[in-house]
Amino acid sequence: MKTKILTGTHYMLGDHACAEGAIAAGCRFFAGYPITPSTEIAEWIARRLPKFGGVYIQMEDELASMAAIIGASCGGLKSMTATSGPGMSLMMENIGLAVMLEVPCVIVNVQRGAPSTGLPTLVGQGDVMQAKWGSHGDYEIVAYAPNSCQEMFDLTVEAFNTAEKYRIPVIILADEAVGHLREKVVIPDEKEIKIVEREKPDVSPEEYLPYKGDGNLVPKMALAGEGYFVHMTGLTHDERGYPDITGEAHERLVRRLIDKIQKNKEKIIKYEEIETDDAEILLVSYGITARSSLKAVQILRKEGIKAGLFRLITIWPFPYERIEELSRKVSKIIVPEINSGQIKGEVLKAIKSNLPVVGVNKLGGDLITPYEIIEKVKEK
Amino acid sequence: MKVEIKKEKEVKHHLSKWIREDRWPHIWCSGCGIGIAMSSMLYAFEELNLDPKEIAIVSGIGCSGRVAGYVKVDSYHTTHGRAIPFAIGLKIAKPNMKVIVFSGDGDLISIGGNHFIHAARRNFDLICICVNNFNYGMTGGQFGPTTPHEAITTTTPYGNFEYPFNLPYLAASAGATFVARWTVLHPYYLRQSIKKALRRKGFSFIEVISPCPTGFGRPNKIGEAIDEMKYYKEKSVIKNRVDPKEAELSFRGGNIIVGEFVEIEKPSYIEILKENLEKIKEV
Ligand SMILES: Cc1ncc(C[n+]2csc(CCOP(=O)(O)OP(=O)(O)O)c2C)c(N)n1
Ligand code: SF4
Repeated sequence: MKTKILTGTHYMLGDHACAEGAIAAGCRFFAGYPITPSTEIAEWIARRLPKFGGVYIQMEDELASMAAIIGASCGGLKSMTATSGPGMSLMMENIGLAVMLEVPCVIVNVQRGAPSTGLPTLVGQGDVMQAKWGSHGDYEIVAYAPNSCQEMFDLTVEAFNTAEKYRIPVIILADEAVGHLREKVVIPDEKEIKIVEREKPDVSPEEYLPYKGDGNLVPKMALAGEGYFVHMTGLTHDERGYPDITGEAHERLVRRLIDKIQKNKEKIIKYEEIETDDAEILLVSYGITARSSLKAVQILRKEGIKAGLFRLITIWPFPYERIEELSRKVSKIIVPEINSGQIKGEVLKAIKSNLPVVGVNKLGGDLITPYEIIEKVKEK
Repeated sequence: MKVEIKKEKEVKHHLSKWIREDRWPHIWCSGCGIGIAMSSMLYAFEELNLDPKEIAIVSGIGCSGRVAGYVKVDSYHTTHGRAIPFAIGLKIAKPNMKVIVFSGDGDLISIGGNHFIHAARRNFDLICICVNNFNYGMTGGQFGPTTPHEAITTTTPYGNFEYPFNLPYLAASAGATFVARWTVLHPYYLRQSIKKALRRKGFSFIEVISPCPTGFGRPNKIGEAIDEMKYYKEKSVIKNRVDPKEAELSFRGGNIIVGEFVEIEKPSYIEILKENLEKIKEV
């Protein structure tokens, strides 16, 4: 009998929901190196993936894990790795390689308190900027910030689809609290889960240009062993994939890599708005902190204070335009996050007025409570 | 009288099917040994009558790593030191392809050393060809983990006070099941060893001693490219099956022991993986 995904309603750990989401999305290769608080993803995958004919391999470190998932994806397997802060740092060089080679893959970072070894078992949201700027050079990235076990499942499926569609590495920027949360997860029937596959070349090997982006800027991808004899290099390359280390070639290539995300950002960006229509105070929040922010909005509304929540689902690309629009209708923006103000900076970048933007910041370890947010809302 | 000059028919090299000719000329210095190491591999493909579709080459960064870009098979020029783990992912996805890791000593043994010993330990199905030119060629001749004691490099201007790895010994002790060392002046034997590696499973390691006249030969006063070649050839002693621990690689005066040192049968990673996947599916 064919092994099936766990269609139905479950009481599930966030990390496990993420792993099951990967399997449902078609992930058949996982390379990783254990690190708290992401280990439960590897453990779930190690148990479940072989039953689907997939491979779990525990590599010697995160550099190897990241390299291995790119290699496997070049061979046609949907691939993923999962880690936390220190491991994410080690993956950065090869995340850049995945961007440059345009190889779809998914990287989960279940964030913990940092820098360095920091707080292995405690929550943090300090890797937001690292997700965007961690590798060297200019590039764009897509990063999702799940705030529930359900989203750990759903957004993992979506991350795979986005990776395949745009031929990019996609980051799931979870946090320890969602990773270790246990709550209801509804897994749909396999047939109802929308799955995107990368586009394969429809021309002969002689005509094929592996790095020619067509209309939507995303080149079609030939896999190893199909007779296309692709050459992929992290060096700046032309449409044939051959090194061309001139400024013009670099401008052309990197511009396209940026554009394929920037020009499709309307399709990629996801957010949720709660009571923003008439809001006078706007909360911008994400991940586990968005749950405290929602509670804060509910309490404030009961007290007659018109608060609303803008919840980022994709952190990158960042919805500057929508936040700018909302900023014109409110008197204050509050940005609660478990770091010293990383997304607050992006909000400031988005708005065009002198509107006060106030951070509610903890440097990791502990959740931000609704009352700490309410206090800031009420502060004159 | 009008003389008609007949256009000569283009003569193709008999290995040209394996080469991305549109990428010629290559970047290597004259007298560099990497080209010989590469052509030995291409001869091996040709003599085994392999289908280019069956082969993938993965390289890291360095002069030796540029091989991936010149060979007309699926080829991947990755990051410094990470060719082996990249190849591991690729091989798992495409178990029927012959995946070759072709890179330099710095790439594979310094920055990539950890991946190297673990791939050997796993007896992972890869053919790992390591061009050892005793220095970091691409970055301009700095020392590395294979640089001989007392050798001069740009970062050991007073002589290297460290001691190098013996790569065959390292590979064998970590678990490699086929281990050989040749110089680029043993192209026939080198080709035979590559052919042997292409026909077997598990982790095959082939060290190729190669001159780098630019980065190594000159500062160490070995002379011109040809002198460096001759030096390695003259000092070489073929000793097949010798314990790799005894496979001396001396730089000043002593011998360079070459040959096929290890050839053992042991289940390979891909074989064990397949078996296990079958078992798990049955549960
Ligand atoms: C992470 C990283 N560190 C350093 C470098 C610079 N670098 C490029 S090639 C190289 C050494 C190459 O030496 P080797 O592997 O022996 O190859 P060779 O050029 O001698 O063939 C170094 C240090 C790099 N590209 N990436
Ligand atoms: S620097 Fe050395 S290794 Fe690099 S191409 Fe020149 S001779 Fe060869």
